[in-house]
Amino acid sequence: MKSRVPLRDLVAAAGILNSCAAWAATPSTSTFSHISTPAGEVNDLSLFVLTISAGIFLGVSVLLVYALFRYRARPGDTTEPPQVFGSVQIELAWTIIPILIIVMLFLGTARVLFSVQDAHKPASAVDVTVVGHQFWWEFHYPQYNVVTANELHVPVSSGTSSRPTFMKLTSADVIHSFWVPQLAGKTDLLPNRVNEMWIDPQSTGLYVGQCAQFCGTQHAKMLLRVYVDSPEEFQQWIAQQQKAQAEIAADARGAASTSINAHDGQVVFEQQACINCHTVAGTVANGRFGPDLTHLMSRATLAAGATPNTPENLRAWIDDPNIFKPGSLMPAMHLTGRQNDQITAYLLTLK
Amino acid sequence: MGTDTPGIPIGGGIETGLDRTRPHGARGTYLELVHSWVVTVDHKKLGILYISYALIFLLVAGVEALMIRIQLSVPHNTFVSAASFNRLFTMHGTTMVFLVGMPILFGFGNYLIPLMIGARDMAFPRLNAFSFWISAFAGILLYYSFIGGVGLAGTGSAPDVAWFAYAPLTERAFSPGHTVDYWAVALIASGIGSIGTAINILATVFCMRCKGMTLMRIPLLPWLYAVVSFLVLVAVSPLTAAQAMLMIDRYLGGHFFDTQAGGSAILWAHFFWIFGHPEVYVLVLPAFAFANEIIPVFSRKAIFGYSAMVAASVAIAFISLSVWAHHMFTIGMTSFGNAFFTLSTMLVSIPTGIKTFNWLATIWGGKIRFETPMLFSIAFIFQFVISGLTGIMLSISAWNWQTHNSYFVVAHFHYVLVGAIVFMIFAALYYWYPKMTGRMLDERLGKWHFWLMVIGFHVTFDVMHIPGLLGMPRQIYTYEADRGWGTLNMIVSAGGFIQGIAILIFVYNLAHSYFRGETAGADPWDAWTLEWSIPSPPPPYNFGIDPVVSSRRPLWDLKHPEDQDAPYE
Repeated sequence: MKSRVPLRDLVAAAGILNSCAAWAATPSTSTFSHISTPAGEVNDLSLFVLTISAGIFLGVSVLLVYALFRYRARPGDTTEPPQVFGSVQIELAWTIIPILIIVMLFLGTARVLFSVQDAHKPASAVDVTVVGHQFWWEFHYPQYNVVTANELHVPVSSGTSSRPTFMKLTSADVIHSFWVPQLAGKTDLLPNRVNEMWIDPQSTGLYVGQCAQFCGTQHAKMLLRVYVDSPEEFQQWIAQQQKAQAEIAADARGAASTSINAHDGQVVFEQQACINCHTVAGTVANGRFGPDLTHLMSRATLAAGATPNTPENLRAWIDDPNIFKPGSLMPAMHLTGRQNDQITAYLLTLK
Repeated sequence: MGTDTPGIPIGGGIETGLDRTRPHGARGTYLELVHSWVVTVDHKKLGILYISYALIFLLVAGVEALMIRIQLSVPHNTFVSAASFNRLFTMHGTTMVFLVGMPILFGFGNYLIPLMIGARDMAFPRLNAFSFWISAFAGILLYYSFIGGVGLAGTGSAPDVAWFAYAPLTERAFSPGHTVDYWAVALIASGIGSIGTAINILATVFCMRCKGMTLMRIPLLPWLYAVVSFLVLVAVSPLTAAQAMLMIDRYLGGHFFDTQAGGSAILWAHFFWIFGHPEVYVLVLPAFAFANEIIPVFSRKAIFGYSAMVAASVAIAFISLSVWAHHMFTIGMTSFGNAFFTLSTMLVSIPTGIKTFNWLATIWGGKIRFETPMLFSIAFIFQFVISGLTGIMLSISAWNWQTHNSYFVVAHFHYVLVGAIVFMIFAALYYWYPKMTGRMLDERLGKWHFWLMVIGFHVTFDVMHIPGLLGMPRQIYTYEADRGWGTLNMIVSAGGFIQGIAILIFVYNLAHSYFRGETAGADPWDAWTLEWSIPSPPPPYNFGIDPVVSSRRPLWDLKHPEDQDAPYE
């Protein structure tokens, strides 16, 4: 209702037909514009299967259309055609030929299936643990002792420096599913269980996706952003995420003399229920139910990609999360305008 | 219309032509009329009750579908809220499968099986009535959820957990209130009705056939319904068991699926899909059954490869019990598990391919009459081939990691459910409505219905595959504007409304023809099975004297005494 209809959709549709290179300026979710081995192998397999299917479809359609035209009843002809009851030879033919096609398709599938699913994990791999929540993503980097949310950073894994990311997936509540089409097919996140998947993105950039298993009211806005960084950018990002908040924030909090300042904001934040759900490393806030806010301002979006991370949106989100994401499990805390301004000022310092 | 064949002795020499069994003046009061339908144990009346009940819910779930399509036609739409949207697609799916698909197919089975095998009623008439009324109760209970529970505020307690209701979302921790309770209890009730009808159909087909009707002379429709009934017995029981376990979790402190207490989310998925996949064949085999009756009559040829058709149907039933985990390729099975279910799923395409080729061979060399039932059947073959091919694509487990839970899957199963099953239900209604009411449906309206339906169907569901391949997951109430799905969704929604118009024309045709339609006579299509040997509508006792048959096409034998079927079968 509020959006113009973009021409890009038609381009997208056409893109499928010519197997889609990287045609889109904005992040693509096309399963055909792959930049990672698991997605690439599946893409090749899918084109193979599509070709065979198109052949079968054309063959059957031509036979059907020909028969309908050739054997239509002519006006005035009331006689019955010759009655044919069947033929064992013909039945055998159209049983055996499909069996041969199936053997071919199965072998093609099995090759990709085993090579992707049973891939060996190299020593250089980056480990990430993904925990699904209603309706956001939690990411742990056990090798680096980093925790973040909703926006995953991984290093590029180009030919010379192969550095794939191996993910362990689990859920804190209901079933979710991790799907970034350009990187790999989806894998579900289940409570009481750990699944695994891997990606080795070949080019840097932003890749998007979203939860692919219905998980409740806001399943639609459980969006995913994966930043593929150059090795240097990734190291910088890790180093920055490793800093505890107390160190970097000390100079940013401002003097207590300004009327709205981050210092007071932190006090309000820590006196409210905020800290029951959110963590800010280096402070008393150590809740685990909501996203880790230690480096909130290093993220481009709020509320699992529901809205850009601007000061106005942040303030509106704290005021009432239902504005962006009705059904979000974060309650409106009924803060006064002044309290909200203070908390916003504080969160803006969490870089 | 085809030639009338008066005086065929098989029906016991009863007058053919329009015979409403009660003269108009002797109808009695309105109350008596209602009473006669409520207490009836006549398979024909129960069949019509089932079909009418299903058609009403078809309209209801169709309106839900159109509301879904309005919401998705542009990104960030606010036509309905997130919570309402989740209820809409849950109710749409649950209704279409359990309150439309199953009842309408059971309705045709009830009506036709005794007539086609020369019996006077089903084996257990009272069980039949019980099965219908418990199913009716299930439908009413499910829809009561809109006003039940928390009352008239919002959309009440309508289920909002998707039609497969994955655990642990259905547990009380994540679904407080009563949405899941309405869903579970309604499905338990509907399951009891389905199992009752399945027992009844099996007993009828195997024990109530007329003299001379050996197993290999049963018309294909009753044969396929026997296979369907076997599948219902095997597949619906796990669903009922799972619902019972879910209710134990919710109210008696069990933890089958309650992951917070050590339960298993995957266990529910196994239970649901070991019901859910055979369920697809429960719905599609009756569509095959209709095609097996209609395509030969309008091609003027015997069905090609009768025994291969029977064998293929039985094979589909058995194979379909071993494929359920192809719904779970992303849930974290081992690579060998994924490979097994890839292969078993692909195997289904062999018997379904045999069926398709046999229909083609039936048409081949015939003299095809393009009346409305045949038009829908031809579209069915074409669409069923496409849905079979997308089914193969989805069975490719590695590719399924991309397509699973995307709009590609939604397009695929609507291709089966609408393109194959609903199209054949329309064909069956055009074909047997004259038998049920004594009146023909209007051919001109029928052609309008057909062409609008075909156009609307392809605009909707052909296009719907593409957003799936472009990464659009199912069951989302809105989507981001920059994903490139907007125009495609607008086209899909437009097609939905074209189908809606087609169905309104059909409903008008049903009502109009009941009063104004051309008189049908006993055998308007010049057909060959026993139901066409008796008046339309048939008298309560069906056959005056028990028929005796000597081939699969008793009326062919009667019409062509010089060219009997028996030596060729």
